Amino acid sequence: MKYEAQTTTLVEVGRLIGRVEQFRSDGCRLVQISATKNGEMYEINYSFDKDYKFENIRITIPIDQEVPSISGMYWGAFVYENEMHDLFGIQVKGINIDYKGNLIKTTIKYPFGAGAVLKGEKP
Amino acid sequence: MHGEVSEMAFFEMAKTAIKSLIHSPATIRYPFQPAKKTPISRGHVIVDASRCISCGTCQRKCPSQAILLNKEAKTWQIDRFRCIVCNSCVETCPVKCLVMDTQYTAPVTKKSVEIVTITYVKPPKPAPATAAAGGEAKT
Amino acid sequence: MTQRIVIPFGPQHPVLPEPIHFDLVLEDEHVVEALPTIGYVHRGLERLIEKREYPEYVYIVERTCGICSFIHSLTYCQGIEQIMGIEVPERAHFLRTIWSEYSRLHSHLLWLGCFADGIGFENLFMGAWRIRESILDVLEQTTGGRVIQSSCKVGGVRRDISAEKLDQMARDLDGIQKEIADLTTVFLQDDSIRHRLKNVGVLSKDDAYHLGAVGPTARGSGVAIDIRQTGYAAYDKLHFEVVTENDGDCYARCAVRARELFTSIDLIKQAIAKIPEGPIDIKVTGAPNGEYFSRSEQPRGELVHYLRGNGTKFLARSRIRTPTLTNVPPLVKMLQGCELADVPVIILSIDPCIGCMER
Repeated sequence: MKYEAQTTTLVEVGRLIGRVEQFRSDGCRLVQISATKNGEMYEINYSFDKDYKFENIRITIPIDQEVPSISGMYWGAFVYENEMHDLFGIQVKGINIDYKGNLIKTTIKYPFGAGAVLKGEKP
Repeated sequence: MHGEVSEMAFFEMAKTAIKSLIHSPATIRYPFQPAKKTPISRGHVIVDASRCISCGTCQRKCPSQAILLNKEAKTWQIDRFRCIVCNSCVETCPVKCLVMDTQYTAPVTKKSVEIVTITYVKPPKPAPATAAAGGEAKT
Repeated sequence: MTQRIVIPFGPQHPVLPEPIHFDLVLEDEHVVEALPTIGYVHRGLERLIEKREYPEYVYIVERTCGICSFIHSLTYCQGIEQIMGIEVPERAHFLRTIWSEYSRLHSHLLWLGCFADGIGFENLFMGAWRIRESILDVLEQTTGGRVIQSSCKVGGVRRDISAEKLDQMARDLDGIQKEIADLTTVFLQDDSIRHRLKNVGVLSKDDAYHLGAVGPTARGSGVAIDIRQTGYAAYDKLHFEVVTENDGDCYARCAVRARELFTSIDLIKQAIAKIPEGPIDIKVTGAPNGEYFSRSEQPRGELVHYLRGNGTKFLARSRIRTPTLTNVPPLVKMLQGCELADVPVIILSIDPCIGCMER
């Protein structure tokens, strides 16, 4: 059984678009975008793959900071960015198809983000 | 196969269709015939109340919290509607008093919980060789 | 300027196995734009990591989807094992591979049946599902469950298959292979099916790669991505070819899945011939601390589990990215410019598994 070697690099928000353009011109495809709540900050992972070589870049933001959208370079990224907005409350600006919170409709707004409580718990 | 125009292929399915007309049905006439089961099919959990030592391992390992053990009242109860028949309790029971039966739980009209009284009696400790500590019988 | 009208498609539709909604903008009978809406079966499974410890979380992960259930649990267990540095015995890797390939056979036969039902050929639908029954019988005889196998755990597998049973499975596969050959002849040669599927829903190779298509949706357009080539589980010891077609239409995607059935049967026979003796699991203690992206090949494409542990028995994050989620943008591209009557066939051709997509 072979485990693949994976690299994760931390990137600042301002350099995100530049790095993604580099991946695009190299010919990588977008694998996924995911968000994780880590205490008070949110970490967003962007994963790319080319010829089965997996690379990952990560940005760390506080909840109210805006993130630029990468859907200019990868047209299919709108699914991930809208889902991230609907579940976590992360503001992404410039998505090519913006659902404005209507992609996944839940009873509690932003169920995975800060401030959402489970049934029976106190806020 | 792709891109070339072969001769008109209209009757590819004819062989299978005529065979299904002639042969007996491929389905089982349930409920007149019983459903097919294998020896390891997971249907529902059965407990042997005379062997359970009330350790609580099955309650801790149950992923859907279907088993509830009451040590003072000596009852073991299972909520059949929460049980996902995953076989964890059967595998982790230290005295192997839980068995997985192959038949599914029958449907009912009202949800209820099944309660079983534990009848295990701890056997008395055998008297030790030295005369200093006498043997004690504990229940 | 012709007038445009908007028609809703789904979430209830006779051809859809699971609910998804599309707003189709039409001019006469041509679809100009399509806008998907999801979220009808969102269960929020990822928040259950706070309530269930990491060994019990396997049961939740394998119930994300009914058809791809075993591969979800395999990907999760692989991720946890890599984070904790556990070496799983060889026999467990081979058993996991055998069950994965049976799941793939089951899924492709189910899809072939639903696809035939979607284009109106019910006799073929029943013929495909009759073969599926023999696959489900094997899964029940070896794991105890037809659809949810509950056989994978962190550290190995929970049940073993005896040598006589493995030999019997290899012999039965010959009979199943003959039946599948008859079935795929109908799918690929029959004239009525060809007229219905050729040049419908075309996706070019460039679009497929850059929009993020995976699995048979990408392989039908000539993009050869198959995560089994990275060699997880026992795949680095088995040999197989990646099946691709070049046309990029619904017929090509159907042909890819039909030919993958034969690849799966070949892989199972190879695995049964090479399986070593030995233990099937290893004892696991401690808690995971670290992160990993675990990837595997589901019948629908590439599955990614992102797992992060923080040293306690409860995980910090579990993110499941299923292939259907990343196949939705190519689907939106395919729907632009097609006829209204072809919309159900195109949506079915990417094999939508909405239950997994929305967790």
